[in-house]
Amino acid sequence: MDIPILKIENFLVVTIQTEMSDDEILKLQKDILSRIKEVRASGLVIDITALDVVDSFMGRTLSNIANTANLLGAKTVVVGIRPAVALTLVELGIRIKWNLNTALNLEKGIDMLKKCIEIRG
Amino acid sequence: MSEIEKRISIKSSADIITARGVGREMAKQLGFNIVDQTKITTAISELTRNIVTYTGKGKVIIKRIHSDVDKRDGMAIICTDKGPGIESIELVLEAGYSTSNSLGLGLSGAKMLMDDFDIKSKPGEGTRVTIKKWLR
Ligand SMILES: Nc1ncnc2c1ncn2[C@@H]1O[C@H](COP(=O)(O)OP(=O)(O)O)[C@@H](O)[C@H]1O
Ligand SMILES: [Mg+2]
Repeated sequence: MDIPILKIENFLVVTIQTEMSDDEILKLQKDILSRIKEVRASGLVIDITALDVVDSFMGRTLSNIANTANLLGAKTVVVGIRPAVALTLVELGIRIKWNLNTALNLEKGIDMLKKCIEIRG
Repeated sequence: MSEIEKRISIKSSADIITARGVGREMAKQLGFNIVDQTKITTAISELTRNIVTYTGKGKVIIKRIHSDVDKRDGMAIICTDKGPGIESIELVLEAGYSTSNSLGLGLSGAKMLMDDFDIKSKPGEGTRVTIKKWLR
């Protein structure tokens, strides 16, 4: 299964659509990073509205993607975290190590990226 | 309730997804709210992933339970493997402890997310983790 990576202005948008196996998650990670380099994206939005479980493996992968994307010059925002998933992540203790920017939805995520980039100049 | 006990053998990450689906469905049927469904499913994901990562193969039993003492229903998940086992239970239950350079939040997290948590392990023989959640 190939997950589409869309380009909106200078940002990449990835909508995770189904439950992914570990291999699929790792492939997606590779695809996102090479697309960022290819189009020199300055931002990345990962939409996880469709995910009804985010375990520590998925949490760590999202955080790895964000860290690497940052190094490549693309600021990352994760959007669409369901309330039940957010509560579970906190209880799992993942917050401590999860240095991710989050926003409610795609629109707010893109707003956030635009503001950051304005500030950065 | 038609199906009150399910067994799934765990060998690959695809089996983790299957186990999560079975757990979610049973939690829903039993009447757990969406937050508890998510907690149960996440705990299943953590424990079955440990089987895949640290032992290669094992199995999970997901079942409905009842307590006569306090007259309530619940759900139990029992993960067993015949892998290398665990030397120090105390150590692996510490949040952040990991021998695979990952987050080390699976066991401590599953304990937090569920009502009951029990782990039995013998080096060289294997590990059994039992977790339970009760309906309120
Ligand atoms: N089924 C198991 N068999 C053997 N060792 C295990 C098993 N489950 C967990 N462990 C050990 O416990 C440690 C902590 O597990 P966990 O809390 O899930 O964190 P992580 O998987 O991120 O390391 C693991 O790194 C591993 O050494
Ligand atoms: Mg683990």
